[in-house]
Amino acid sequence: MSKYDIVIIGGGVVGTAIARELSRYKVKVVLLEKEAELAFGVSKSNSGIIHPGTQHSPGTLKGKLCVQGNALTRKLAKELFIDFKKVGELIVAFTGEERTRLEQLKKDGDACGVPSLKMVTKAWLKKNEPNLSGEALAALYAPTAGIISPYRWVYDFAENAISNGVEIRTETKAEKIVITNPGFEIITPKGNFSAKYVINAAGLYADEIARMVGINDFKICPRKGEEFLLDKKRENLTRHLLFPLPSKTSKGILVTRTSDGNPMIGPTAEDVQDREDLSTTEAGLKKVLEGAKKMVPSINENDIIAYFAGLRPASGDDFIIRHEDKVPGFINVAGIQSPGLTAAPAIALMVTGLLKQAGLNMKKKLFFHKYRKKEYHLFSMPLAKSKKLIKKDASYGDIVCRCEMVSAKEVREAIARGARTMDGVKFRTRAQAGRCHGSFCTSRLMKILAEETKLPSTGITKRGHGSEIVKEDRING
Amino acid sequence: MVKRDLVVVGGGPAGMAAAISAYENGVKDILLIERDLYLGGILNQCIHTGFGLDYFKELLTGPEYADRFIKKIRSLPDIDISTRSFVVNLKKDKTVTYLKPGAMCVVRPKALIMATGCRERTREMVHIPGTRPAGIFSAGLAQRLINIDGLLPGKEVVIIGSGDIGLIMARRFTLQGAKVKAIVEIQKQTRGLVRNVVQCVEDFGIPMYFNHKVSKIHGKDRVEKISIVQIDDNMKDVSGTEVEIGCDTVLVSVGLIPENELIEMAGVDMDKRTNSPISKEVNKTSIPGLFVCGNSFKVYDYVDSVTADSELAGKLAAQYLRKTK
Repeated sequence: MSKYDIVIIGGGVVGTAIARELSRYKVKVVLLEKEAELAFGVSKSNSGIIHPGTQHSPGTLKGKLCVQGNALTRKLAKELFIDFKKVGELIVAFTGEERTRLEQLKKDGDACGVPSLKMVTKAWLKKNEPNLSGEALAALYAPTAGIISPYRWVYDFAENAISNGVEIRTETKAEKIVITNPGFEIITPKGNFSAKYVINAAGLYADEIARMVGINDFKICPRKGEEFLLDKKRENLTRHLLFPLPSKTSKGILVTRTSDGNPMIGPTAEDVQDREDLSTTEAGLKKVLEGAKKMVPSINENDIIAYFAGLRPASGDDFIIRHEDKVPGFINVAGIQSPGLTAAPAIALMVTGLLKQAGLNMKKKLFFHKYRKKEYHLFSMPLAKSKKLIKKDASYGDIVCRCEMVSAKEVREAIARGARTMDGVKFRTRAQAGRCHGSFCTSRLMKILAEETKLPSTGITKRGHGSEIVKEDRING
Repeated sequence: MVKRDLVVVGGGPAGMAAAISAYENGVKDILLIERDLYLGGILNQCIHTGFGLDYFKELLTGPEYADRFIKKIRSLPDIDISTRSFVVNLKKDKTVTYLKPGAMCVVRPKALIMATGCRERTREMVHIPGTRPAGIFSAGLAQRLINIDGLLPGKEVVIIGSGDIGLIMARRFTLQGAKVKAIVEIQKQTRGLVRNVVQCVEDFGIPMYFNHKVSKIHGKDRVEKISIVQIDDNMKDVSGTEVEIGCDTVLVSVGLIPENELIEMAGVDMDKRTNSPISKEVNKTSIPGLFVCGNSFKVYDYVDSVTADSELAGKLAAQYLRKTK
C-alpha cells in the first residue's frame, strides 16, 4: 500500500487547485480521479467565467472566496501561462423594479469587496455594448469579470502540481474509505492508499464520499445547465459578459463567450435526480434562445455549432468547506457550484489553512516551481509568430484540424502532457471543437493518439473505457 | 512573398479541372495548393461506382475518376503542386498564406481560384437533442474510417437524413456485415439520387422512415438507442408515434454546405443562408479575379458537373489574366 500525507479525491478544478497549492509544502500528496482524465466531471462543462463576486450576500463563503479567487486567478494565470481575458460583465435591468434591485446588488457587491462596481446608463450601454437590446434601461458594470478555459485551467494546475511532486492517478475511483485512526485507508480498484488527511473534492459525488466516513448531513442535488455555443464568426457579438438579474436558483440565461472566442448562450437551471444526465433538450434550447434574444435580439439559432449540458453539484445555498471534527483529518469541500471555478484558488488557500489547524506540519519546500512551461496554440497567435514556431519545429506547420487550425505538434504535445482520449485532446487543443465537429480531423487524431500512446485503433476512446470510437480494425484485426 | 499568375486552392476534382483548364487556355504560371498528402480530395474515399457517366461516358469509381486528372495534371510541368499545404489566411488583394510542415508561405497571385469543396452539416446544426456519446459520425467521416483507414465504426447503425453519402454508407455498412436498422428522413421523400435509393437501400431491404425526426439520442459513453417520432405537415410531433431503435452508431447525413470561410475572411459578399458567394454569374465573386468553383460555389449532385463548372472557372481566370496584362 502506498502511504501519503494527503489524499485528494476528485480531479476537477477544486481538487487540482488544492493539489497545486499543497505542492508548495513538504507533504506527500496524491490526487485520485475516477474518470479517464482530469476535468471530465463538473469542470468540463463549466462556462469559464471568472466572476467578480457581484451576486452573493456578504458574509457567505461564496461571496468571500469569489472576490479573493478573482484576484488570485489573475495572478496565477500569469504563473501558469493560461490565457485570462479580462472582459468585464454587465448585469442588465429591463424594468424600473429591476433597476432598483441592481442598486441592492451593487451594495452587496461593494460590501463583499468587489472592486470598481459602477452603475451605467442606457446611453453608456448604447455606446459600449451596441448589440444589447434597446429595451435595456441600465446595468451594473463589473470590470473585473473575465474568462478562462475551464479545462485547460484544471490541466495547468495539475501539470504544475506534478512538476512539484504531487502524484495524480486517473481511473482510480475511491470505492471505500476505512478510518484507521489515526488516518485513513482509501480502497480503489487500482490499489489502496493510506493517508493522514483526506480532502473530499468529489463534485457531484461529494456526499457519497462523505458518507463513507459516516458524514450524512448534506446531499448533492445536481442542477442541470444546458449551454449553446455559436460560431467563432460571431466572436464580436458582445463586448462584455451579459447577465440578467439573478433568480434564487441561478444567474439566469447569459450571453457570454469562451476564452477561445465562441459566443455562448445559456445555461438553463433544472434540478435533476440522475448524476449522469448530460442530455440536452428541445425545451432547453427554446428557453435559452428566448432568454438570450431578450438580451441580444440579433442572436440567430443558425449560428449554433455545439451544445452540451453540465451538472452543478449544488448543496444548499453556500459552499461546504470544513474540517470534520467528528472524523479528524477529513476535510469536505462540497457543494462547489458557481462561482466554484473563480473561487478555486481561494478554496485551495482555505483548505491549506484547515490542514494546518488540524495539526498537519506544513513546511515550505526550498524549491517550488511556480511557473509552468508554456504551450503554444496556433489559433491564438498572430501568423508571424506561427512562422517562427514552424521554423523551430516543422510539425507546427502540419495542420490536422481545419476549423480551429490545430497542428500535429500541438496534438502530440497535448498527449505528452497527459491527454489519453479524444475529448482530452479536444479540451487541450480545440481539435474537433469547431464547426465541422471532427468530421475532418477525427481520423487524423486517432492515428496520432494510437502512435503516441501505443494503443490499437480500437482502443482509442472519446472519454475513457466504454466510449471506444470504432468497433473493429479490419486491417490489423 | 512569391508572385504567381494563378493560384488554385484545393486539389480535388474541382481544383484539378480548373488548373488544367487554365493551363489549356494559356496560363503557364500556376500553383495548386492541396492540404492533404494526395490529390483527388473526397473522391479517394468514394470507392463505389457512378462517377464519369456524363464526362467520360464511362462508369468509374471515385479513385479512378480522380486518377485521370491526377495523371494529367502531373504531366504538366507548368503546374506546381504543393501538398500538405493548409491555407490559413486570404486577403482581399488575393494574398494567400499557407502552412506546410516546416514553412509558412505567402503567395500573391494575379488570379485566384478557390476550389475548397464542401463539408457535411452536423447533428448540432439540426439541433438533435440528447447526449453526446461516442458513436455519432458524419456519414463522410464513417466513409473515410471504413474505406481509407480500414476501421468499422459500429455494428448496429441508424442513419439520420437520406443524403447521398448516407445512402451509400447504408450499403457500405451492410456489405461490411453491420446491420443498418433504419434511415430516418424528416422530409416526405429522399434527398438522394433515385439510383442510390434503389441500389443502396431497397436492394438490401433497409427500412426508411419518412416524415420522421430523431427526437433524442441516448447513451452515456456509447450510443445505445435513438428515439424517433413522426411529424405532421407543420413539422409538429404526432403524439403516440414515438418509437425507440437500439443502435451503437448514428450516422448524420443531413446535407452539405460549401466550405467558404476563406473567401468570407477576404471580404467576398456571401449568402449567409447557403454559405456560398453572392454572384450573378457562375464562378464569379464580388472580388475581381477571385473565382470559386465546384462544390464551394454550389453543391452539385454529380462530380461530372463539378468538373464542367471548374473547367469554366479555369477559362474565366485565363480570360481575366489576359485582360489585366
